[in-house]
Amino acid sequence: MSTPYQIVVCGSIVPDPLQTLEPIATPNGPALKNEMMLPAVLDPWAKHALYEAANLASKQPGSKVYLVSLGPKAKLQQVMMTMAQKVPFELVAIDGSSSGFTEASEVAAALAAAIKAIPGVDLTRLLLFGGWESASRGAGSTLQMVGEQLGIINQFQGVDKLTCNADGTLEVLERIEGGKHQVSKCSCPPAVLGWATGMLPEPPNNPQIGMVNMRSIMPALQKAQPAAVGAQGLSFASVSLPKQQRTTKVIKDMPADEIASEIVAWVSQD
Amino acid sequence: MTEQVHPTVERQTMDADIVCVGFGPATGGFLTTLSRELVCEDGTAKLESSVAPGLPPQVICYERADDIGFGVSGVVTPGNGIRKSFPDLDLAQIPLAVPVKHEVVLYLLDPLGASRRSALLRCADKAIRALKGILPFEREAFKLPYIPPFLRKDGGLLLSISQFNQWVGTQLLGSGAVQIWPGTPVAQPLFDDNSVIGVRLLDQGTDKQGRPEAGFMPGMDIRAALTVVGDGPVGNVGREIDFHFGMPEGRHKRDWAVGMKMVVNLPEGCPLEPGTVLHTFGYPEPEIFGFLYVYPDNVASLGIFVPSWFDSPVRTSYRYLQHWMMHPYLWQYLEGATLRSWGAKTLEESGKRGEPHLVGNGYARIGEGSGSTNMLTNSGVDEAWITGVQLAEAVVELLKEKKPFTQENLEATYVRRRRSSDLDKQSCIAEKSRDGFGSGLVPGMLGMAATGFTGGMLNIGSEPKQPYKRLPTLADYYKGRIPAEELEQIVRDCTARGVSAHSTLMDRCGWPQIPYDGKLLMSQQDALLLGGKVQAPGGYADHVCFLYPNLCQSCGTKICIEVCSGQAITPGVDGVPQFDREKCIHCGACLWNCATPHPDNPERTVLDFRAGTGGLHSADN
Repeated sequence: MSTPYQIVVCGSIVPDPLQTLEPIATPNGPALKNEMMLPAVLDPWAKHALYEAANLASKQPGSKVYLVSLGPKAKLQQVMMTMAQKVPFELVAIDGSSSGFTEASEVAAALAAAIKAIPGVDLTRLLLFGGWESASRGAGSTLQMVGEQLGIINQFQGVDKLTCNADGTLEVLERIEGGKHQVSKCSCPPAVLGWATGMLPEPPNNPQIGMVNMRSIMPALQKAQPAAVGAQGLSFASVSLPKQQRTTKVIKDMPADEIASEIVAWVSQD
Repeated sequence: MTEQVHPTVERQTMDADIVCVGFGPATGGFLTTLSRELVCEDGTAKLESSVAPGLPPQVICYERADDIGFGVSGVVTPGNGIRKSFPDLDLAQIPLAVPVKHEVVLYLLDPLGASRRSALLRCADKAIRALKGILPFEREAFKLPYIPPFLRKDGGLLLSISQFNQWVGTQLLGSGAVQIWPGTPVAQPLFDDNSVIGVRLLDQGTDKQGRPEAGFMPGMDIRAALTVVGDGPVGNVGREIDFHFGMPEGRHKRDWAVGMKMVVNLPEGCPLEPGTVLHTFGYPEPEIFGFLYVYPDNVASLGIFVPSWFDSPVRTSYRYLQHWMMHPYLWQYLEGATLRSWGAKTLEESGKRGEPHLVGNGYARIGEGSGSTNMLTNSGVDEAWITGVQLAEAVVELLKEKKPFTQENLEATYVRRRRSSDLDKQSCIAEKSRDGFGSGLVPGMLGMAATGFTGGMLNIGSEPKQPYKRLPTLADYYKGRIPAEELEQIVRDCTARGVSAHSTLMDRCGWPQIPYDGKLLMSQQDALLLGGKVQAPGGYADHVCFLYPNLCQSCGTKICIEVCSGQAITPGVDGVPQFDREKCIHCGACLWNCATPHPDNPERTVLDFRAGTGGLHSADN
């Protein structure tokens, strides 16, 4: 018998990874230069989690996917127009900064509060998904804290595969050191799964899914509550990026050995 | 034209009331005006949908690019139509927007002696240099003491079209009255006899030839009572409608330009004030025009326009842009500047002469592709916006009267509004204003002056030819500068290396190498990476297609390779160019630059520019 899950995906927006970012100091703490002008995307790690969630929900009748997202409302709205055509989900929006300079515990508290406020939320059916880290932060700490605040003990990070067995147990394939995987078993929900890349390709755009999602996205954005998660009061001694060095060349069909040699030579430079 | 590889495959369909193709200023004007008339303040429907009874009309817009804010243009516009739509417009809400404060037009002399200048221009240059003590002359630039009123943009706006689109789109999405879906190219219009009944979205999960692969998802058919075509100058839906219904008698699209642009952080201490507008002509080649607009916070948008009447078979843009930036007058402001973003786009420069059938059963055309750009005032954004507003007013009128979107009804509402508007009057005046450029820069400038000062009563020049009819051969173009044998050897060498020849040819003609600084001056590939990043998601067919490879083989110029703004088209095997989608920035220059006419239609070429995803990811432009 399949279990209907409540799958909550925590994922926010980040600047389009193709952009060059520049940290600056502002009266409200550090920020990215022209942050509101930068094109945004759903955090790539969270995106994998969302696709996995939708795939799982499609196989477990009665399951539902929520996307809980904390970010500037206007930017969230824009990104949702891209994401909404991908997979079915219900948005829970929280209005606040999504820059990499926010305080992870504050973000976690806001996310946990929003999850608790989802009507009919049931811990016995809850799978908390997210990226195992974020493209804007990389600390990998927020999702764990959300889980802790919700009282979820079973936590897995770097997940590449989740199998839901007929007996209700969960089998999790996690990345561990040395390029290996570890298989864990968990008796039942709730569980936190911080996804690595998963196994699924990006779904195609489906206009009908978009139309259905949109019915809940716009009201969710209108209802979005503000959350104070900025770095107010904090002062950073310095903020800098690694020195950028770019020597571009485009070569098609380069043998793997040559690529590897070049990378080794490049890494050895420093 | 854009028929997909598997036309018989079973497709899902979805019904809407109105489907829009392309989100730019025209569609922005359309949706802004329309959305205010669809829903009451209490959320109930003002007008009723015919496909979802009880709800307001279902209005969907599909945009090809991955974001609604990935436009490519710095813009100076009178902004009258935009201001009318937003009476309380607060420019502070739109990043990079600023009122026009100060306009300058500069004739740039050639400090290097490398450009091709007619005897007349050389005489003019000598005279200016001889009189530089008494003329407004500075750093090889002559500042025109007078700007004709028809060129001035007093009280106008400087905008980043990306940021403007984003601002408009955010408000539209927030209204909940309309939907805009980026990253969703429209493959083709759907025809039923003499009507357009909707659009077909692009197939997903295909190989580069459009053949189904794993995850194949046939593009959905979106059926709608009205299809609004605002897909710009090279949009495939607009072009296919033109091919299907033909152009009106005497109308054609033969004047084009590619605009290559950058947004830069100006060096610290740069004295240029926000709102400053510089326009240039005369350099790096006399036919190439330039602009520099100063935004707030020491940011500027700048670039050049390379027109179709620049009769060079190797008319590249990128290297010319670099030489233009390094002109001594501009370099005094740009030395030390840093690239923020880069891009290129095609401009449809036929204006009124390129106006297609504006309406038909089930469809209406708006924006640049509908011939709205005013070629005398060099203004297109506000005009495009106004056409969108006019169509929206017409649509509301028809919806209120419960009349169908027939050609007759759209003629009586939209076309009537457009014909009686100042936009159309000015467009008629401007129709022949650029005809003189067919004979060169000086006749062109005189022609614009004649048209402008006589209100279109006096025009100079004749109807333009198709671009391919103007192009000289390489040998003719370089006659007297590069011996024929050497020229052939250069082309052979470049072809063997798989690269375009223009840079080598410019070196040979005396243009100095660009001293790359990695900040503003860099290789074209670095500009692709640093200036906005090119994205080409997999699972879609190539959008640049060589329809008749045998004709490409025998093409003498292969100008598609030379003009390609992203170096995405390169020499290929057997003489047929090859296309690399991962570098294409969707400027569309290859479409109209192609030197070989289509066997069945002299207004087409043998290079097809179809629906495609990806392109530049930059919100600065």
